[in-house]
Amino acid sequence: MPVAYFLVLSAFLFSIGVYGVLARQHAVLVLLSVELMLNAVNINLVAFSAMLGDAGVPGQVFALFVIAVAAAEVGVGLAIVILIYRNRQSVDVEEMSLMKW
Amino acid sequence: MADTYLQIIFWALFVMMGIAGIRVVTTRNVVHAALYLVATLLGAASIYILLYAEFVAWVQVLVYVGAVVVLMLFGLMLTKAPIGSANFDNNQRLVAAICAGLLFAVSSFIMVRAFEGQEIDFTSTEGTTVQSVGEAIFSIYVLPFEIVSLLLLAALVGAIVISRRDEGEVEG
Amino acid sequence: MNGLVLAADAIEGVEVTRAGLFPDLMWLVPLLPALSFLAILFFGKKLPGKGHSAGLAAISVAFVLSLAGFIDLVTGAGPVEKHWVWFELDTLELTFGMNYDFLTGLMFVVVTFVSLLVQIYSTGYMHDDERYSWFYAALSLFTASMLLLVIADNLIMMLVGWEGVGVCSYFLIGHYWEEKPNSSAAIKAFITTRIGDVGFMFGIFALFVIAGTFNITEINHLAEEGEIAGTSLTIAALLLFCGAIGKSAQFPLHVWLPDAMAGPTPVSALIHAATMVVAGIYLVARMYPVFEFAGDGIPLEVVGVIAAITMLIAAFLALIQDDIKRVLAYSTISQLAYMFAGLAVGVFTAGIFHLFTHAFFKALLFLGAGSVIHAVHSNNMSDMGGLRKYMPATFKTYIIGSLALAGIFPFAGFFSKDEIIGGALRAGIDGTRSTAWLVFGSALLTAFITALYTARMCIKTFWGEYRGHGEPHESPNSMTSPLWTLAGLTLVVGFLGFPVIGPFKYWIFAEGEVAHGFEPLYNVVLPVVTVGAALFTFFLAYKWFYRDEWKFDFRKSSFGWLYGFAERKYYLDDLYLGGIVKPIQYPLAAAAYWANQHIIDGIVNGTARGTLGAATGTYMADQNVVDFGVNGAAGLTNFSGGLLRYIQSGNVQRYAAVLFAGIAIFVAVFAVA
Repeated sequence: MPVAYFLVLSAFLFSIGVYGVLARQHAVLVLLSVELMLNAVNINLVAFSAMLGDAGVPGQVFALFVIAVAAAEVGVGLAIVILIYRNRQSVDVEEMSLMKW
Repeated sequence: MADTYLQIIFWALFVMMGIAGIRVVTTRNVVHAALYLVATLLGAASIYILLYAEFVAWVQVLVYVGAVVVLMLFGLMLTKAPIGSANFDNNQRLVAAICAGLLFAVSSFIMVRAFEGQEIDFTSTEGTTVQSVGEAIFSIYVLPFEIVSLLLLAALVGAIVISRRDEGEVEG
Repeated sequence: MNGLVLAADAIEGVEVTRAGLFPDLMWLVPLLPALSFLAILFFGKKLPGKGHSAGLAAISVAFVLSLAGFIDLVTGAGPVEKHWVWFELDTLELTFGMNYDFLTGLMFVVVTFVSLLVQIYSTGYMHDDERYSWFYAALSLFTASMLLLVIADNLIMMLVGWEGVGVCSYFLIGHYWEEKPNSSAAIKAFITTRIGDVGFMFGIFALFVIAGTFNITEINHLAEEGEIAGTSLTIAALLLFCGAIGKSAQFPLHVWLPDAMAGPTPVSALIHAATMVVAGIYLVARMYPVFEFAGDGIPLEVVGVIAAITMLIAAFLALIQDDIKRVLAYSTISQLAYMFAGLAVGVFTAGIFHLFTHAFFKALLFLGAGSVIHAVHSNNMSDMGGLRKYMPATFKTYIIGSLALAGIFPFAGFFSKDEIIGGALRAGIDGTRSTAWLVFGSALLTAFITALYTARMCIKTFWGEYRGHGEPHESPNSMTSPLWTLAGLTLVVGFLGFPVIGPFKYWIFAEGEVAHGFEPLYNVVLPVVTVGAALFTFFLAYKWFYRDEWKFDFRKSSFGWLYGFAERKYYLDDLYLGGIVKPIQYPLAAAAYWANQHIIDGIVNGTARGTLGAATGTYMADQNVVDFGVNGAAGLTNFSGGLLRYIQSGNVQRYAAVLFAGIAIFVAVFAVA
């Protein structure tokens, strides 16, 4: 099976994630989109590891690490969102523009 | 023959994940978005299994589906997510779509061009077992492993510190 | 010393038989007073005696050295010439050098001796003066300059000494400068001699152009050999003589010497009797071959004419003075003219001999006059009289000096003056000089008048009744001892020039000068005539001035206008003042003032205004152009910033969109490229 299929899949999911990050207004939904992007990257890594056969172990190891980091990032990210909600009573990303001119 | 089956499975998964992913970013119901993400993640786990990466697949299910999405749902609940449908798209949808489309086109074009003709050989099942992955983690990649554990600790502490109420009480 | 010279023979000098010790050291002699000048100048007030000890020490040693050197020369040591090159250009070479021969040696002895006596005298005379140290410093500097002038072997060095004595003369005449007439007199002396000095300098340059060197011996040699001759040499000689006229106070530049009597009397004795004023005669004597051999002897004729005129007019003026120092001043002018006359008519030896003797008796007369003035506190003879009772030492020495001046045997002046008159007569008879008869007549008449004014001076001062105030008393020993020394010398020194057997002619002579043997006309008849005339004059003076007999008031007689003319010093001073000084002073000064106010100040003010305008223009440029640029740049930044700030929307997603778009484009570019 050509590895390109998996790569295209990964690219597709990644771009969907990008669209979500840029177009969504709710902070948590933005975080969801980021998770989608990270998953796409994982698929990419594992596809390469399968392509390399016996030597592809680092691909899977890397994928595991990505999962771990993603988990950590979600934790912190949600903590921030909750804090913002507590202070501003809103999770609308559009309204978080204090650093504007 | 087996290859054909695999391709069919792959394409089925592709379609499922594609639709689910699109629905994540376009649905008007936040909870539905989280659930569509679950579907996408399970699809990704299936892909891993397809690629003979069982350990990663089950870790994905365990961590992502089991923990991350739950956390997201918690976050939605704590921030009083609107029940039912609401509009969650901001004003730059068009720019975002163009951007995403551009990115997909470029990266897929590059990757197809670069890896044209490279095949995944499904006949060999020796190399990437759980045992080999474990060995690799704890021998070659033990340093990143430790650092990642530190990272998790830092994230844990950080999350607690950030979301602490000013009176010093932690509200869960 | 040869025996009687019976025929006319060329003189030969003293034979050189050995190398002497002292002539080589003669460069020390000008150096010692120069060093004492510096010592007194810097440390004067702290030295013992407020500086006079340094001066006296230096001059005494200098005198001893000079005497030793001269004795060496006389006893057969040879003259010395040395020089060191100072710097050279292509054709120009400036050297330091000394030329010590008989003439130099004699001058050294005279200058150092008279200088020594004057310094001793001054310890008494200037005792209470407030500028005592400076006085001695100036005396030392003067002596050093005079000695430098004399020892110089090239004209430039001589010019240095020449100017040096001029400057010191200015300082010393103007010693009592608190009174305006005194400082004016000093300036008059300086400027009048300066006019002569201009001629002198041009003469030096002319000689350099003709002969190619400044060295005196070389120039004289070239002149003798006839290598350089003709009109240019004549002009050079006449220009040199201009300097001599100025420095030695001959007509028409004699006007400074009587006024120079405003200085202290020791100064008059030193400078205006014995040393500085003889610098002119020394110059002519040194450059004698130039004068002799320049085209037809014209320079010497001119010298003779000037001398003849000067000696007569000065003698007349001496006759009508009331100030005792002025009598002596005019007398000096007259006697200097005698010396020039001697050089002019060809009796070189006689001229220099008169210089030698005159130094002694004139210094004596001046110092004696100083003693009298010190006692009477007045310069005017109308305040004196009968002083022979009060001041016996001064009186006796003064009479000796006066008799020498009048030319009475056996006092010094007799021998020297008679030689000159005899020489003039001889030149007239032999026809060697066309102006000889003029000189002879003038000299004879002047001798007569000299005796007259000398007698008048003595009678008015020492005889009769005392006309002044107070009780005059004899001067202290510091003042009378030099008087006695000079008087003694005056008695003796004349015999050095005794005709035929006197040794002087073997020491000082001009090349080719002929020693005349014992000729009755010149050696018996003429002296008798002159002495007789002098004695007769004394009788006349006695009658006129002492007895007041035959006295008629000149002023009322038909010769009254002559008296008035003489009283105004022939209106020469008025001529100089009105004709030269005033036209320079008033119009030139006014013109200079106008130029200063309008032109120079105009330039200065104009420059200031220009600078101010430039500054204002720069300021405007700065304000409008530069600041505009700076402010404009800032404004532009502000404006563009104002536009660009809208990029900062604060919307993170907007930023992210830009980021991803950028990534996509980058990847595309890198993939394609």
